[in-house]
Amino acid sequence: MTDTLASPNSAPQRRQLKADAAAALLKRRYASERLFKVLGLGALLLTASFLVILLTNIVTKSIPAFSEHVVNLDVVIDPKVVDPEGKRDSATLLAADYASLTRAAIMSAIPGIEGRNPRRALTSLLSSGAADDLRERVVADPSIIGTTIKMPLLFSDDVDLYLKGSSSVTSQENGSSDLTASDVKGDITLTGAEGTFAKLVAQLESENAEVSPETGARLLTPLLPSRLIEINGGLVKLASVTPTTATGTTLIPLTSSGVAKAGSWQLDTYAQPESRRKSSDQDIAFIETLRDKGAIERNFNWRFFTSGDSREAELAGIRGALVGTAWTLLVTLIICLPIGVLAAIYLEEFAPKNKLTDIIEVNINNLAAVPSIVFGLLGLSVFLNFFGLPRSAPLVGGLVLALLVLPTIIIASRAAIKAVPPSIREAAIGLGASHQQAVFHHVLPLAMPGIMTGTIIGMAHALGETAPLLMIGMIAFIVDVPDTMTDAATVLPVQIFLWSDLPEAAFQQRTAAAIVVLLGFLFLMNGAAIWLRNKFERRW
Amino acid sequence: MENTAVDLSAIERVEAARTAHITGAAKPAKVVAKGVDVYYGAKHALMGVNVDIPDRGVMAFIGPSGCGKSTFLRCINRMNDTISSCRVTGNITIDGQDIYDPALDVVQLRARVGMVFQKPNPFPKSIYDNVAYGPRIHGLAANKAELDEIVQKSLEKAALWGEVKDRLADSGTGLSGGQQQRLCIARAIAVSPDVILMDEPCSALDPIATAKVETLIDELRSNYCIIIVTHSMQQAARVSQRTAFFHLGTLVEEGATQTIFTNPVDQRTQDYITGRFG
Amino acid sequence: MTVVYFSALALLTVTAYFLASSHSAAVSARGQRLHSLPAYHGLLAVSLVIAPMLILWVIGTPLISNLALSNALNLFPTDVQTDSLKSGTALRDVQSFAAGQRSGEASDVLRSAADTYSTWMTTGTYALLAAGIAAALLGIGTSLRLVSPTFRARTHFERFVRIILIACAGVAVLTTIGIVASVLTETLRFFFDPNIKGRPGVLDFLFGTEWNPQQAMRADQGDIKSAYGFLPLLTGTLLITFIAMCLAGPLGLLSAIYLAEYATPQIRRYAKPVLEILAGIPTVVLGFFAALTVAPMIRGYGEAIGLDVASESALAAGLVMGMMIIPFISSLSDDVINAVPQSLRDGAYALGATKSEAIKQVVLPAALPGVVSAFMLAISRAIGETMIVVMAAGLAAKLTLNPLDAVTTITVQIKTILVGDQEFDSAKTLAAFALGFVLFFVTLVLNIIALRIVRKYREQYD
Repeated sequence: MTDTLASPNSAPQRRQLKADAAAALLKRRYASERLFKVLGLGALLLTASFLVILLTNIVTKSIPAFSEHVVNLDVVIDPKVVDPEGKRDSATLLAADYASLTRAAIMSAIPGIEGRNPRRALTSLLSSGAADDLRERVVADPSIIGTTIKMPLLFSDDVDLYLKGSSSVTSQENGSSDLTASDVKGDITLTGAEGTFAKLVAQLESENAEVSPETGARLLTPLLPSRLIEINGGLVKLASVTPTTATGTTLIPLTSSGVAKAGSWQLDTYAQPESRRKSSDQDIAFIETLRDKGAIERNFNWRFFTSGDSREAELAGIRGALVGTAWTLLVTLIICLPIGVLAAIYLEEFAPKNKLTDIIEVNINNLAAVPSIVFGLLGLSVFLNFFGLPRSAPLVGGLVLALLVLPTIIIASRAAIKAVPPSIREAAIGLGASHQQAVFHHVLPLAMPGIMTGTIIGMAHALGETAPLLMIGMIAFIVDVPDTMTDAATVLPVQIFLWSDLPEAAFQQRTAAAIVVLLGFLFLMNGAAIWLRNKFERRW
Repeated sequence: MENTAVDLSAIERVEAARTAHITGAAKPAKVVAKGVDVYYGAKHALMGVNVDIPDRGVMAFIGPSGCGKSTFLRCINRMNDTISSCRVTGNITIDGQDIYDPALDVVQLRARVGMVFQKPNPFPKSIYDNVAYGPRIHGLAANKAELDEIVQKSLEKAALWGEVKDRLADSGTGLSGGQQQRLCIARAIAVSPDVILMDEPCSALDPIATAKVETLIDELRSNYCIIIVTHSMQQAARVSQRTAFFHLGTLVEEGATQTIFTNPVDQRTQDYITGRFG
Repeated sequence: MTVVYFSALALLTVTAYFLASSHSAAVSARGQRLHSLPAYHGLLAVSLVIAPMLILWVIGTPLISNLALSNALNLFPTDVQTDSLKSGTALRDVQSFAAGQRSGEASDVLRSAADTYSTWMTTGTYALLAAGIAAALLGIGTSLRLVSPTFRARTHFERFVRIILIACAGVAVLTTIGIVASVLTETLRFFFDPNIKGRPGVLDFLFGTEWNPQQAMRADQGDIKSAYGFLPLLTGTLLITFIAMCLAGPLGLLSAIYLAEYATPQIRRYAKPVLEILAGIPTVVLGFFAALTVAPMIRGYGEAIGLDVASESALAAGLVMGMMIIPFISSLSDDVINAVPQSLRDGAYALGATKSEAIKQVVLPAALPGVVSAFMLAISRAIGETMIVVMAAGLAAKLTLNPLDAVTTITVQIKTILVGDQEFDSAKTLAAFALGFVLFFVTLVLNIIALRIVRKYREQYD
């Protein structure tokens, strides 16, 4: 292009140079053009990837919380425990000690466990919720008293986590020679031929296991991977090992003492040291025994949606928070929809254009950008302190959120009202309708889809809001599901905040699950808003 | 049958009116404006308008854009009240009653003075509801049967009944442009006004629809005092008996349509109708 | 009692409507054409019932309860009456005893006070109910008497509706007044009320370098000057905001430019919802992500290259806050860039500028005021954001600019102080309101300036 433009009379050399320079410049310019475009696209993609990472991260974390593990056991409903006097009245039935029944059930599932600690380890595999389930079942149907029923009993959160995680048995090898057990229970000694445990001793040496000064045996501490021997139907946790003998504690009693043939016993290794696990070797032994019996089952976690908060992770649910959220949002909607719409009507249709109206307008725009925590301060000092309304109540939460989303609704409603063409107003007024009749008969119905869209978006905003509710005390630990709008309650985002602070891994999963539920609601609401906008959007 | 009867009586009336104007023996005017000034904020939009508008006939307001003809039209049913910066002084009476009297309810004034707008603006409701709205808010019908009758009569008068009688429940916005404008006329008629104001009612319509609306106006003038603002001098000539020419916020000249178009007094009117400006 | 009152209200409302509308219909049936439809006579009667009854209720209820309480309080010894703390407790006892919620033994004083309280409450509520019904009947009577062909019921009713509309618009103003009043009064008490123990001077607050309200609580004889130093909170807030803006500023602006100038409608169709979803993620979710994913990740990387990273580093909170702000900046900037008239771009293209040159040299300079205000609004949003920092930033006030350190922010401190039980008389609680005032003031100023710039900018191109 430069060639054609250049005059033919100019010196060819110079022209050539100029053309080169121009071409180089052009090339540079196009390169920077491409770079700029790529930067923009990159920014967009990076933003999108943030969203994807965030959502994936939370959804992955939440998946385990949507299922729970139970153990199907025979429960003997002993009338002596449940209803010793045979009255069958609900007070007695409710007060009975069902935990002893569930404890008995799991004890009979793995017979022969002796000693206080192993027994307690076994019974504490069950959640306290198992007894509650049993109580519910008995109260609902007292005729089962005196019978034996098969029912699913809920595991505690640690067991549940263990079952959801990968199995801790990381390696298993068959014994290469015969092994003799000294006893069936308690601390026992396992004696084999020379070199039976040579390989294990070598491993322990490489792990820098301590050496007993008296016997010269290698000692297994909780800081090292656990080694266990499955022999004669039992399980022995090793405490010290020499190449020929090993001593240990029986976690599951053996069926018989004596010789186990080569190949009929196994050495199990749990690579993760016991001190860095929630479940002890004893727990794992019990769980694996139950699993081998086929008693363990994984179910969808309905409890998560049907129960309130709890200190026990496996029992904690979001029902209380959901109901609290519903109450709160109901109050918010009842207050801010009429006020917002009427205020918008006034400002858009009736307000004289003067300084005062200007101030109200600027005020609304600024109110929309006030940090939400400041609304919490307002609620605390005005609603709680001045008016003496109850703390932690959905009523107050709803009031605060109503003030918070009011500007959003006013702004959206004004836009919707403004979008109704003036010709409709003129037509009505020309027919002798008063201005108010024109507005309420014609303009408002036509603006309604836009107002509803704005309201849904405002309510979605309120649904996700947390900070102001902390200020008015909706942060208390509340087990009961609130029945009225003045009961102490919490809401879903605050429940998320509360759980996220708890150290238990099961609570972390539940936090993520609650977030998934919250996001689900938000997407539903925003989807509804978009649908409404597309369906009723009118081009004038 | 009925239509022809209307037509005949209309023609008689037209002839009578025309004779009356020409002879100058006009009957008492329906709408009388004396010294009307309109201000939009600081802008003086209309200056000292004096005009008498006779009953049962069509009066056309013509003039270039922004000359104040629509502004004056909107003074007659006080539509200017809806613009907050607008201020009207002077005196307008309908049947001798001052319409800017503070004791008068503007809403009742508008029931007596119907209006048809530049762009057809039916409510996004059914055809029936469009026509029934006015009678409903003014309590003109005691029951459903009366309301049905009003709706039918109005649509018949607007020459729309035959086209829509089977789909009264359909939306008014689904009609064609010309039908929509006739629906708006039916809507205005339904409250039985004395005066009908039309603000360039055909400017958004195609020629065929325009012809229909013009025929309708011609039929209606036997019963109503119609005031029409138009851009088209041909239209003014076709439908009106009297014409007023506005220019730069003043009423320049008013008289029988024939006189204005054939023998105007003022040079500006002459220039405008011969197309020198506008 | 409330239920009875409102049932009466509902009943009288319905009665009023039917009486007035049927009466006016009868008048018009006699051949006199009414100015207003019967329905409006009915509605006017309704408003003449609802308005006085509601006003009576709003005024009467607290009045009765105050009367009853003060009469009950008069029966207590004078030392209880004068001590606000004791009298409060006594009155709570009276109320719970009168409501029958308190089992167990009660003193004679309490018993008689509760009796007085109950008597006053009962008498008062019945009187209120009677007054309400009387007022309503008066309203119905008036509206019936007013029915006449010339009476403009609609006009009067519309005047009533207009008052309601104005009142609704006033709620927004009242909210602002409420915020300013509540935050400002507590702040003034914090600095100037002589009854508050351990309050700092204004300068100690503004320029103090140590923030330690828990310490101040424990020992009001301690060094007050070092308890409420605002500076570390300010630097913490600004540090996190700065990190957030470093991420969100370029990303938000660049994606806005891409969306406004380069993206095909197809890309816009997918990109817009992505940004909207990101904007709609509740901050508590982002806080969870920051605390449990981003912070450990940064710590892990930091340790891998030998840096000492706090587990609640400012960097983690700032980055996630940046994520929150990206859609905010991008949608505001998108609007602003779209508002730049096409003619400016055409001018640049006609001179042979490439698209990016047109953007960089013409569009962006033209859009600069809008972009600046978008950034200001974003900064104000970041300063006021609470949940992300509460969950991911620290509690210890540390005067540092190291992004790998834990810092605390204004909002975190407000939350920390006010969650749990508060006494309104302690300097600690009031300190939270002082922080709230600073927060409100700073964001308000940022918003006003930004909105003004935007308005000027719009006017320029409209």
